[in-house]
Parts: sequence; structure tokens; C-alpha cells
Amino acid sequence: MDWDWDFVWQIMPTLIQGVKITILATILGSILAAIVGLGIALGRRSENPLVSRSISWFAEFIRGTPLLVQLYFIFYVLPDIGILLPPLVAGVIGLGLHYGTYTAEVYRAGIDNVPRGQWEAAKACNLNGRHTWTHIILPQAIPPMIPALANYFIAMFKETPLLSAITVLELMNQAKSVANTYYRYIEPMTLVGAFFLVISLCSVVLLRWLEHRYGRIER
Amino acid sequence: MTQWSGYLGLILQGALVTIELTLMGSVLALIMAFLAGMGRVSRFFILRAIATAYIEFFRGTSIFVQLFWAYFVLPFAGLSLTPLQAGVLALGLNVGAYAAEVVRGAILSVGREQYEACTALNLGRWQGMRHVILPQALLVMLPTFGNNAIELLKATSVVSLISLADLTFQAQVVRSQTGSTLMPFLSVLITYFALALIISWGVRTLERRMARGLDGVRI
Repeated sequence: MDWDWDFVWQIMPTLIQGVKITILATILGSILAAIVGLGIALGRRSENPLVSRSISWFAEFIRGTPLLVQLYFIFYVLPDIGILLPPLVAGVIGLGLHYGTYTAEVYRAGIDNVPRGQWEAAKACNLNGRHTWTHIILPQAIPPMIPALANYFIAMFKETPLLSAITVLELMNQAKSVANTYYRYIEPMTLVGAFFLVISLCSVVLLRWLEHRYGRIER
Repeated sequence: MTQWSGYLGLILQGALVTIELTLMGSVLALIMAFLAGMGRVSRFFILRAIATAYIEFFRGTSIFVQLFWAYFVLPFAGLSLTPLQAGVLALGLNVGAYAAEVVRGAILSVGREQYEACTALNLGRWQGMRHVILPQALLVMLPTFGNNAIELLKATSVVSLISLADLTFQAQVVRSQTGSTLMPFLSVLITYFALALIISWGVRTLERRMARGLDGVRI
């Protein structure tokens, strides 16, 4: 096993291309997951048992099955019913849906943590349902859950290599293609690992800061 | 009709490989979790440092990268692994790192008075751990271990990408042979979900069994 620095510099531009796609997919996936999670959390609180029951079953199902198979499902099955998605879009939808079911639990805990008095005060002030949510409950519920949400977004970031399986040209896929071209696996694979390690170590610092800033998360 | 039963047979074969991987991965993960988790609460600095490095490394890089590293890079270091060995190694070490934090948290969650009672009864460190602390900590760990096992089950789908014929791989085989996409992927998703349900049911049963005779103990 010998490490070749020249080769490292040679493949670096290609890998950086991949890094950009990886980060793009993570950001878009996080936004989608934040929205989907809120939707699921609100849907499960619905008074119509049919809606709340089916949404919680759907969320359970998504959480109990692998992301990779879900990505295949979106990428291969949907075109059969006429929905043709570019790989990156399919990947972002997959990430967003999968992690949306996780963030839904965070939202649920955050919403449950808002004291009952706030609900009653909203009612006493004669706010309607929508205003209660947007002006009273969510502004209090969301800040304490930011660290937990960020935690899932970092976890999502570490799952983005799965997108290479549906031909998204992200970091892992670029590394694989260089590795297959030159038949050298050591440098590309190690660099991918190092890249993920560096980003997650940095994100630990960010997470500490978020916990400090938005504090009081329930344990 | 006979054709479909043949394809179902393929998927069942895949399910067996997935179950085998999950079981072997879980055993390795359990061993690593206890080694690293107890290492984190050790008296010796060097053990704590090794355990922390292991946990941060395996939680920081993604399972996908670890698997590819084990399968493609280790052969260059003179260590050739079969896909199954690489899969078990990567899954076990990765999930073990997550579970190690669970072990550490559970051990620390046992009250101070229990440690003091161990001292009062003149138990050695190891005896106290074995007879007093761990039996109580185990019950705290169990539900999270169940979640970890489901995460491991879901992560096994990644081994299909290093050509191990698990459920996901067989779904791709059926897809490429029949051109049908909905049947293979939906049946595989349902199989994964069923396996996840079995794991969570098993863990709940085990939890009830272990909680027996611990009434009155603070959990």
C-alpha cells in the first residue's frame, strides 16, 4: 500500500465537483425533510382518525425500510407511472422523505413541550387554529428543537453516498469513477472517508454551538 | 404464475442473506459496543482515548464509505475479505460505535448510591460492574439497542453495492430480468418492514422478560 500525493492532486478537482453535489443534495434534502417532518407531525395530530392513523403508518413504514430501496423505488418505479425524475431530484425526494419521518418525531416532541397554558391563552385571546400555530405554538416549539434537527441533517449528510446508487454524480460516485479509471482505490476512498470525517468533526462544533445558543433541550 | 414463484424464491434467498448479515453484524456490534462503551468510562486515560477515537471515527465517516474501504482498500494492504466478511465487519464496527454511546449513557445513568453500595459491600470494580451496575444498565440500553438493530438491518441494504446477494440485490436482479419494477421493490420494502417489526417485537418481549423481578428498582 503506497500513497501517491501526485495522484491525489490529480483527482482533487473531480472530487471537489462531487463535494459540491453532495452538499447541494444535503441542503435541499434538509429543507424538504424539515417541511415533510412538520407536515407529518401536524398530520398525526389531525382529529380525523383516518388521516392521523394512515400518516403514522406511512411514517412507520418509511422509517422501517432502508433508504437505498426507497431511492430505487423512486428512481425506477415512478417512471413507469409517467413521473420521470432526474437522479438528483429523485435523490433529494428520497432523502427528504426518509429523514422527514425522523424530524417528525423531533417536531412532535417540540410541540408537546409547549405548555398547555399557551394553548389556553391562545384560545382566550380568540385566535383561530392557523394563528394559534403560526404565532403562538411554532415560534416557541421550533428554537429548542434546532439542535436535534441539525443532528438529523448531519446524519443525512452521511447517507448521501447512497445517491451514487441511482447515478447521482456526488462525491462517492466521482471517487468510484476515478478509482475504476486508474484502478487505484486507496487514495480516492481514503479521501472520501477523510472528507466525511472532517465535515462531521466540524459539525460537532457547530452542534455544540447550536445547543448552547438555543439551549434547553429536554433530555 | 410459476415464473413469479421463482422470482419470489430469489427474494426469499435474499432475505436469508439479509437476516444472516443482520445477526452476525449485531453480534459484532454488541461486542464492540460493550468494549468501547466500558472503555469510555474506564479509569485509564489510554483506554478512554482509544475508545473515543474508535467511536468518533466510525460515527464520523459514513457506513457506505467504510464498507467500500473495507472491500476495496484493505486488499491493497494484503487483507482480502469476501463481500460477506467486509459487510459484517463494516456494519458491526459502525453500529457498534453508535451502540457504545448507548452503553456509556446507560452505565452513567445508574445512580451514585449503587456505586456506593458496591463499595460498602466491598465488591471489586469488576464485581460491582458485573453484579450490580450492568444488570440495571442493561434494561436502560435495551430499547435503544432495538433501534440500533433496526438501523443495522436497514444499513445491510448497502452491501448489495459490493455484489453481495441480499434482498436489495435480488430486487435489482428481478427488475433486470422481468423489467417489472413495482413488484420486486414493493415486496422487498415489505420484507424489510416485516423484519423490522419482528426486531422491535423481539426487543419488547426481551425487555419485559428482563424487567421481571426488578419491580421497585428505579429505571
